[in-house]
Amino acid sequence: MKLQHAMLALQAVTSREISKFLRQGGRLASALVRPLLWLVVFAAGFRNVFGVSIIPPYETYIPYQVYIVPGLLGMVLLFNGMQSSLAMVYDREMGMMRLLLTAPLPRSFLLFAKLLAGTLLSVLQAYAFLAVAVLFDVDLPWSGWIYAFPAIVLAGLMLGALGLLLSVHVRQLENFAGTMNFVIFPMFFLSPALYPLWKLEESGATVIHLIARWNPFTHAIETIRFALYGQLAMSSAGIVLACLALFFFLAIRGYDPQRGLLQRGGKPD
Amino acid sequence: MPDNRVNPGPLLDLRDVRKSYGARVALDGINLSVAAGEFVALLGPNGAGKTTLFQLLTGLFNADAGNLQVCGHDIGRNPVAALAQIGVVFQQMTLDMDLTVEANLRFHARLHGLGGQHARMRIEDALQRLGLSPRAGDPVRELSGGNRRKVELARALVHEPALFLMDEATVGLDPAARRQLLDEVLGLRSRGAGVLWATHLIEEAESADRVVILHLGKVLAQGSPQELTRQLGSASLADAFLRMTRANSGG
Repeated sequence: MKLQHAMLALQAVTSREISKFLRQGGRLASALVRPLLWLVVFAAGFRNVFGVSIIPPYETYIPYQVYIVPGLLGMVLLFNGMQSSLAMVYDREMGMMRLLLTAPLPRSFLLFAKLLAGTLLSVLQAYAFLAVAVLFDVDLPWSGWIYAFPAIVLAGLMLGALGLLLSVHVRQLENFAGTMNFVIFPMFFLSPALYPLWKLEESGATVIHLIARWNPFTHAIETIRFALYGQLAMSSAGIVLACLALFFFLAIRGYDPQRGLLQRGGKPD
Repeated sequence: MPDNRVNPGPLLDLRDVRKSYGARVALDGINLSVAAGEFVALLGPNGAGKTTLFQLLTGLFNADAGNLQVCGHDIGRNPVAALAQIGVVFQQMTLDMDLTVEANLRFHARLHGLGGQHARMRIEDALQRLGLSPRAGDPVRELSGGNRRKVELARALVHEPALFLMDEATVGLDPAARRQLLDEVLGLRSRGAGVLWATHLIEEAESADRVVILHLGKVLAQGSPQELTRQLGSASLADAFLRMTRANSGG
């Protein structure tokens, strides 16, 4: 594969995703409204209910709305990852996926280009949310905006790869809403997005605590949380990286014509 | 047209190709070739295996057995080189309806490694050839069915492939649009391109240099329309086709 060819193909996929995003005027708004509702409404109601003790990476008591920002960044990435997955299923139904997969490039690269394009949109939306969050008195260190960049990209890639994998198994658009409910809500609520995991342990919800600890989204959030304060959560980052590799590998396998998606979905004419 | 073939043999060469879906045999030992400058019609009723064959040729499915070569490249072992030589119009529309005609072609050009001025020239040339230049800036959604098909053909022309695969490309078109598209594709022969044109319409097959009759996953016969008619002592290709497929349906 020639580098120039690969870059042109990446440009093709990315510019199409951006153009689609710009055409869908409400997409950015809904990407921002969702976490802002949590930040403004939920946090306002619960800031006096949940007491967050001093836990790393925080060195002092922090307001609840500061605590939930990494989780809400994760929410933006999670929803966009699932949105990309939905777009893959739509493209498959509309035939565009067929066009992409018959391009003279390795299939793994084409899927990687799709993943990268989706992640680019995720990261832009995450930073748009961060910018708006500042207007609501969320006080984060400015250096954290830079430090968090690799963590947000890594988390975006992992959740995008999960979306890619889901698109292998969801054959029809109408099945997608149900699948998203089974993925988004458990992942989000079984994580430290809204409360620290020790709260679960303390309340005796041992099984839920255990599941939350195994949730890749937990580690995506913790990687971002620590990165916002210039710290590397090594084990969480490692788990996110490993999940990214696993999900992407399984997605490539799923799109393999010998054993995957197209084979199962195919019918003789 | 650049010739990147590894040998000067047929553009498409299929030997004993087999494909099954569980117990159902979709393709049962297909042998088929398309030479440069040749228009081959793959004529078969619905369910004959035409689309399955196209899915194998475009690498969307893998064959269970057999040898599939495009310009000397094995589609299973070297799909990237093989796909670079193919221009496809699928039975199902594969256009982004919200992008303009030109943007759809540009997307395709980049996927084939063409960018900048080079791509622009190829796109302009393809649009001009199919009379689509005035519609270049229109979203595909605003085009008629016939023009959308023309956009797909223009897109297939952009990377100047050696072999064109057209899978029931005229489905849903009115007779005039169908004839126009067929004439455009027949014109590709003069550029030395090979064409495999899948259809279930006899009148389209009558224009071909060679007709391959596919039925229930098997090639029943192949030859020029005149040869097939003569072989079966039929009055027309339609008559020959119906006699042959009925005889092999057990009915």
